Amino acid sequence: MAPSTPASASIAEGRPLAAAPSAWRKRFGRFLKLKFLLGAGIVGLLVIVGIAAPILAPYDPQAQTLTNALKAPGFFTGPNFFGTDHLGRDILSRIIYGARVSLIIAVTVVIISGVIGVGLGAVSGYFGGSTDFGIQKLVEVVWAFPPLLLAIAIIAFLGQGLGILMIALVSQRWIPYCRVSRGQTLSLRERDFVTAARALGARDGRIIVRHILPNLLQAAMVIGTFAMASAIISEASLSFLGLGVPPEIPTWGSMLADGRTHISTSWWLALFPGLAIFITVLGINLLGDALRDMLDPRLKRTGMGVR
Amino acid sequence: MLGYTVRRILGTIPVMVLISLLVFVLLHSAPGDPAEMLLSDEATPQDIAEAKARWGLDQPIYVQYWRFLSSAIQFDFGESFRYRETVVDLLIQRFPATIELALAAILIAVIIGVPLGVWSGARPNTWVDNVSSVVGFFGISMPSFWMGIMLILIIAGFFNWLPSAGRETFGVPGERITGLYTVDSLIRGDMRAFWDALSYLIMPAVTLGVNMLGILMRVTRSAVLDVMHEDYVTTARAKGLAERVVLWRHTVRNALITIITVVGLELGTLLSGSIIVETVFAWPGIGSMLIAGLNVRDYPLITGLVLAYTAIFVFVNFVIDICYGAIDPRIRFDR
Repeated sequence: MAPSTPASASIAEGRPLAAAPSAWRKRFGRFLKLKFLLGAGIVGLLVIVGIAAPILAPYDPQAQTLTNALKAPGFFTGPNFFGTDHLGRDILSRIIYGARVSLIIAVTVVIISGVIGVGLGAVSGYFGGSTDFGIQKLVEVVWAFPPLLLAIAIIAFLGQGLGILMIALVSQRWIPYCRVSRGQTLSLRERDFVTAARALGARDGRIIVRHILPNLLQAAMVIGTFAMASAIISEASLSFLGLGVPPEIPTWGSMLADGRTHISTSWWLALFPGLAIFITVLGINLLGDALRDMLDPRLKRTGMGVR
Repeated sequence: MLGYTVRRILGTIPVMVLISLLVFVLLHSAPGDPAEMLLSDEATPQDIAEAKARWGLDQPIYVQYWRFLSSAIQFDFGESFRYRETVVDLLIQRFPATIELALAAILIAVIIGVPLGVWSGARPNTWVDNVSSVVGFFGISMPSFWMGIMLILIIAGFFNWLPSAGRETFGVPGERITGLYTVDSLIRGDMRAFWDALSYLIMPAVTLGVNMLGILMRVTRSAVLDVMHEDYVTTARAKGLAERVVLWRHTVRNALITIITVVGLELGTLLSGSIIVETVFAWPGIGSMLIAGLNVRDYPLITGLVLAYTAIFVFVNFVIDICYGAIDPRIRFDR
């Protein structure tokens, strides 16, 4: 190796101060890229697993073979790579189908929340006045519930089912979208292109849809990624508590609840579904973090994605 | 400051009223007759008619809401039919356990999360920072119920170091003072009871604290990074102050406001997290009681606990707001 040149030495010495922004940026950039690749890789894999579940799963996730119950994993030998549960169902197959359920629920919830939140936020910010007051009071009241508690209350009072689970998961999840969209709309409506549109005779509805909404999408996308992670965790939590989807549908949360019951004898029942949730959420968080850094670093301080 | 406090207290009243309205609407949109729901399954049609008259369920809906609200204000949520006690008594019995768990979780999160965040914020893009970043990501992505089960499996099951469920070994604790067993035993000077209480507390508290730890670490890091570039930090350095002093007195103190905000925001998540963690570890707090009540459709208990949880959350947010002024004298409340 050649000895370092005076120039590189001075950069090395100057590093504790902000003297080498280019080097800093390069390292930061590399980390960002790693985060993005890892996150996108995990999420991509998950989507493929979810779509191709019937091809990938070695067994029917519902098939019960009671003689084959609580079999330990045969990682390399098979036939049940991750073992079987207390009803003799293959855990690997159930995890693969569980990915499908988790993803469908989470994506639906995030889209519905996004539409409601961004819509209300734009309307609230654009019209102001009593419309704004009413919507913001609603936000304040719904947000005053500890997260998940409102969802639990909704399911407790309205009963269980896929539709009610969705309502419960959306109940608070639209709020971050609404708050950020409202704030952005407040400044957007003062911009020249909005004034120009109005001068040309555009109605309020058209201005909101054609001129305001497109500008809100970028932040909504970042919020949506984090909302997706929290939706998966919430759905799993509710299923774990026995408040989720009907028991015949395989979900990671309800598998984990079964695992807890059999924890003293069969560790694999609890390990694999939990690991699946963890890796999924980790992947989505990594992707969301990278997206936020790339698209809108200002969101960082607002604590988005915290819930 | 006093004016602000009063205004802020008055401001929470309409929110609490609207919350009670929302819970009331939920309770009334539940399938089935409220009288049938509020009574146990053994109730005869005659009992139901009687209860309807007694609770005023034959009255118009706004009269019913008014009754619901006025009894809620008096903390009267009726009697739980699972536990055969009034909801308020149950709350008082179970509440200290939840508080102890939540405080322990916050303590763990702050003691580990904040220094780790400061450390990595002060040295961005070093190995320390990268390790902390990984810890942060693991923390925010960890499903707490799974982590709890894994801790039970490994630490309680395999190594048998700590007990896996409950709050005390039968017969060990003595007199109750605060209801927080660890604090009580310290006040009594009973070290055996203290270690016993602590051994039950550690795993649930770590489980509950891990998400907050991850978030705190990340937020502290970015808050410190932001403040590091402020002029007063440069000035402090130029004055020749030791780097340690610059970091803790000038940087961290100014990052504190962000940290406190996040702790406040996260308390809500912590409260709902406690519902799950208490269930996993059979911790006798209000969260595990809520889930036990859900399974038998104990509506008076569920209504009371939902309102209680929300009131706690609103109160905590209020306290956090008041705290700002104490930390950062630049914040003035009197407009």
